[in-house]
Formats: sequence, structure tokens, C-alpha cells
Amino acid sequence: MNPLAAIGAVFLDFLGGAGRLALFAGAALGHAARPPYYPRLILRQVLEIGYFSLPVVGLTAIFSGMVLALQSYTGFVRFEAESAIATVVVLSMTRELGPVLAGLMVAGRVGAAMAAEIGTMRVTEQIDALVTLSTSPFKYLVAPRLIAGTLMLPCLVLVADIIGVFGGYMVGIHKLGFGQGAYLENTFEHLETIDVVSGLVKAAAFGFLIALMGCYHGYYSRGGAQGVGAATTNAVVSASILILTANYLITEAFFAR
Amino acid sequence: MSDAQPRIRIRGLGIAFGPKVVLDRLDLDLFEGESLVVIGGSGTGKSVLLKCILGLLEPGAGTIVVDGEDVTHLKGRARDAVLAKFGMLFQSAALFDSLPVWENVAFPLIQARHVPRAEARAIALAKLAAVGLGPDVAMLSPAELSGGMKKRVGLARAIVAEPSIIFFDEPTTGLDPIMADVINDLVVDCTRELGVTTLSITHDLASARKIATRIAMLHDGRIIWTGPVATIDCSGNAHVDQFIHGRAEGPIKMAVRAP
Repeated sequence: MNPLAAIGAVFLDFLGGAGRLALFAGAALGHAARPPYYPRLILRQVLEIGYFSLPVVGLTAIFSGMVLALQSYTGFVRFEAESAIATVVVLSMTRELGPVLAGLMVAGRVGAAMAAEIGTMRVTEQIDALVTLSTSPFKYLVAPRLIAGTLMLPCLVLVADIIGVFGGYMVGIHKLGFGQGAYLENTFEHLETIDVVSGLVKAAAFGFLIALMGCYHGYYSRGGAQGVGAATTNAVVSASILILTANYLITEAFFAR
Repeated sequence: MSDAQPRIRIRGLGIAFGPKVVLDRLDLDLFEGESLVVIGGSGTGKSVLLKCILGLLEPGAGTIVVDGEDVTHLKGRARDAVLAKFGMLFQSAALFDSLPVWENVAFPLIQARHVPRAEARAIALAKLAAVGLGPDVAMLSPAELSGGMKKRVGLARAIVAEPSIIFFDEPTTGLDPIMADVINDLVVDCTRELGVTTLSITHDLASARKIATRIAMLHDGRIIWTGPVATIDCSGNAHVDQFIHGRAEGPIKMAVRAP
């Protein structure tokens, strides 16, 4: 095969996929915005994405906060800047680590489950059955997941921020010998509303992207068990890449001078 | 019969997947009150035919007219209005894993007709009883059902909204002969009671003989023979003869590899 033709075919395939994803996202947003809504399904997804992700997000956050305090100490102690550790921990958690780590963990846990569930529904004709029963798969399957993902990730990240800062506090007090009052004062002295808000905006975007990728790859899966497996992998990988890309873009939008 | 207006009139239907032509200028009529069974080998496009009529696949050529309305390229609410006339029993039953049995059956009532859940549940239990399943099954998950029970639940879901046309996609595939006959009896009883028009696809000749009033044979993307069920043994068509007698030798050459 002509190498140029092969490159062209890959490029056209990429453009086709991007166009299909854009159409899918547009249709999904349209259905999510317009009634009727499915409160029972949204509540189920709220529990699945939010409540059942709390343990994994909480564990990730507390150990990240603890490690952050330790690593910061080893660096800052050389410049006698130990008092900055609490500030570094709280700013890192609220601006970056909270939303990104929670996003990546939820992408692995929930995005994969969404792709697997919807993919299985595709290959077992359940999605066709929905259509024949005059029920839009976008309204019934995709919209509740998008709504729940966009709403619940900020809640998870808020919890992750608090737990992560608490992890840093525990290490600071019990391991590094800081005073309780001094550590808390340093934590809140330089924390601004925009630091927390930017993290929550990121979280909402990440939640949307995780649900979108899970639904998209599941919806277009084909080829039986192998196809569902590939959809699951693609959902997690693409959601993770989009989270990291969106993280930079949103950071730039908030803090670039 | 051909002078009457058919419920479904298909003319010149064509669909291809890449280079593979599945349906090629197919013509077919489904008349009021009849039970038409389309027979044909595996991979000849029987399921594709049903999916084209239901709008799950968009044909590349031809027209599909339901009750005088061209539905070939209908979308959105117009398509939903047409689909309200149809019930469908899928080959795998296609029950929703996330819902208990009763909610699967009540789904068309709750979602499309907004019937209150308590009322829909009572109707669902009555339909489950009509297909021989007791209330103890109602709270089970589809994963806890046998193949025959899944087909029964799928049948209950297909008839619960009292459609005027029901499609059966391989209703007996994967069942033992006794359970297959039970499902055939249920299909016949339910459709007679409701007075509906049915279109079934199968390669199970015993099932076709039991539920059909008319049989059509699909081969090479076209209907190559159609006639009353009583005439299938003297069709005079070599393809039909080979198929109903299950002979390897004859004009039908089975592809051993996917195209």
C-alpha cells in the first residue's frame, strides 16, 4: 500500500471519528437540556458516580496530601521555607491534584463501567429494543449519566480537597512537628476563592468528559465481548487524555497572565 | 389478497454493508391479520429486513410504507408514532439487565404511555400470567431466567402495549424442541387473541409451519418464493425444496467464510 495513502486513511479515519464524537456530544447535550428528564435514572447515576466513588477518591486524596507534605518538606527545608508547606499542600490540592486525581480515578472506575454497560446493551440488542419501545437511548442512557457526572465530580473534588488537606495536616502535625495553629493559619492565609472555584470548574468539565467518553465508546461498540472490552479500554484512555488536556486549557483560562 | 391495501408494503429495498449487498431490490407485502414467516439461511438478511422496517437501519434504496405512510427515512417523533404500532420480540429477548422482570414488561407503558407505575405493574403481572409466568418471577432479574423464560418475558413485553403489528425475530432459536413448541403455541395464542398482524423470521421450519399463514423465502437479498404455508411442500422452487429438506446439495451454496 502507498505510504501516503495509509497516512491519508489514518487521518481521514481520525477526522471521521472526531466528527462522529462531536455529533454524539451535540445530540447528548440537546437531550440532557430538554425534558423529559428521568429523575430515578439520574439519582441512580448520582449514587453510582458520586457516593460509590467516595472511598477510592478519599483514599487517593488523603495519601496524595500526605505525600505532598512530606515531599514539600524535603525540598523546602533546604531553603528554610518550611512554613510554605501548608500553603503548597492546600493550593496543590484545590487547584490541581484534587480535580485531576479524582477525575482519573473516576474515569477508571465509572467511565469503564459506563462503556461496559452500554456496550453490552448494544451487542445484546437492548439499545435496539429501547428504540422500538419509542424511548430515545440518548435520553434514557446518555443524558442521566452526563447530568450526574457533571454534577457529582465537583462534589467529589470538594471532599477530596478537604481530605487531601487533612492528610497534609496530619503529616505536618504528627510527623514534621508543626504546631496545629500555625499549620492551619498557613493553610488558609494564602487560599483564595478562585483556587477552589477553578478546581470545581475543572471537576465539572472532567465529569462531563468521563461520562461522554464512557457513553460514546459504549454506544458505538460492536463485535461482541471483544468489542465491549475495547470500548472499555478506549473510554478510560480517551477520558484520561481529555482530562489532562482540559486541565491545561482550564488552568490557562483561569490563571494565565 | 393482493388487491387489499397491505399494512406494510416494501418495494425495491436495498442495503449494503461495505461491499456486501445484504438486501437487493426486495419486494414484500404484509397484509392485515396474516402471520407471515420469512425463512432463509443464516446471514441472508432476515434480521436486517426487520431492522429496516423498524428504522434501526436506514436502507440505501427502496421504500417502506406502513398503513399508507412512507416511513423509510422517518426520524424523531414521527418515527415514534409509527413504532407505537409495533411490538418486537428480539432473538435474544433483549431484556434490560438493570430492571426486574415486571419493569421490563411494563417498560412500554411507563416510558411511552406514562401509565402510573402501580397500574403498569398490575398490567405487567397479567401479561406475565398470559405467557405462563407467575408473580414470583416478576421481581427476578433477567440474569436469573432461563432461555425459555426470557423469551416468554420478551413476548409479554412485545404484547403489553397491545400493538397491531408484532415482529418475531427467531422466536425459537436456542430453545429445546419442547420449549420451542411452547413458545410457538404462545405466539399463536397471543396473536390470535389480540388479532394482530405478525411478521416472523426464522430458519426453524417446525416453528414456521406452526405460526405462519403465509411463508416467504429470502435468498440472495430477495424474496424468491412466497405462498400459503400449506403449499410449501409443493412450492416447485428448488431453493425452497433444498431449504425445507435441509440438503447440502442444491442451488443454495452456503458461504463458509464471512465476506
